[in-house]
Amino acid sequence: MADQAQFTELAMEHMPALYSAALRLTRNPADAEDLVQETYLRAYRGFGGFTEGTNLRAWLYRILTNTYINAYRAARRRPEVADVEDVEDLYLYHRLAAPDGSSNRSAEEEALASFTDDEVKAAIESLPDVFRIAVLLADVEGFSYKEIAEITDVPIGTVMSRIHRGRRALQKALHGFAESRGLVGTAQVRSE
Amino acid sequence: MSWEGPEGADGEVDCRAAIDQLYHYLDGELTEQRRRKIAEHLEYCGPCAGAAGFEAELRQVIADRCRDRVPDALREKVAALIEEERRQHGMASGVEGAP
Repeated sequence: MADQAQFTELAMEHMPALYSAALRLTRNPADAEDLVQETYLRAYRGFGGFTEGTNLRAWLYRILTNTYINAYRAARRRPEVADVEDVEDLYLYHRLAAPDGSSNRSAEEEALASFTDDEVKAAIESLPDVFRIAVLLADVEGFSYKEIAEITDVPIGTVMSRIHRGRRALQKALHGFAESRGLVGTAQVRSE
Repeated sequence: MSWEGPEGADGEVDCRAAIDQLYHYLDGELTEQRRRKIAEHLEYCGPCAGAAGFEAELRQVIADRCRDRVPDALREKVAALIEEERRQHGMASGVEGAP
């Protein structure tokens, strides 16, 4: 059992990551600040139930995610579309490839360097809740499948499916930004 | 979707299997035996290694581009909120502050 007096010392360092996640979830700074405050308050109140030595970061994300789902999803009038278009694996990679299908390093590097913070954030924020949460926890926060299953209370198979489909949808959204700059889809005429 | 792929842990890795399990591989979620098999495939298969390299770089870009600065006011608000909660709780329990 954890001592509440230690809470500030242990939990505050996670605020940058939690705030970023809150921004991606709520999609606006005022709601993100509210969500972070509510998360810390609940975490402080429940800190006695946190087992010391276990994963505090995962525990805080669990509170953040639950608080978001309960507060913000309940407030929404229409349920969000809970699905993404199923696009193929390696969506972006294939569209950056050379005409013969092989890896095109210069096009890849150019596209990767071209994505701005705002574009990557917008691409993530375009995903429906369940996919957005899974991709955030996996790719931004680096949690394992098992940790994500515990944070979100879903079976590990569901976690894997959400991460993988979410990633493909994310690639499609990023592809849109690369396409708008003419970085994909016109791989020929370079030598002329 | 499975941990070992359709061939099982001992199955040979062709390009299809390598790409099918690429995310599990990059996520560090394969058994050691399977991880070694995929790594071996990537060593001699240029196209799959190219795809794996790109996916790994893309993931790094996504993580790097998703950071936000915490407003100072938020830090202060959270600290004040916890302090307030601590005081109320301390008074209610009658434990805190006793000499």
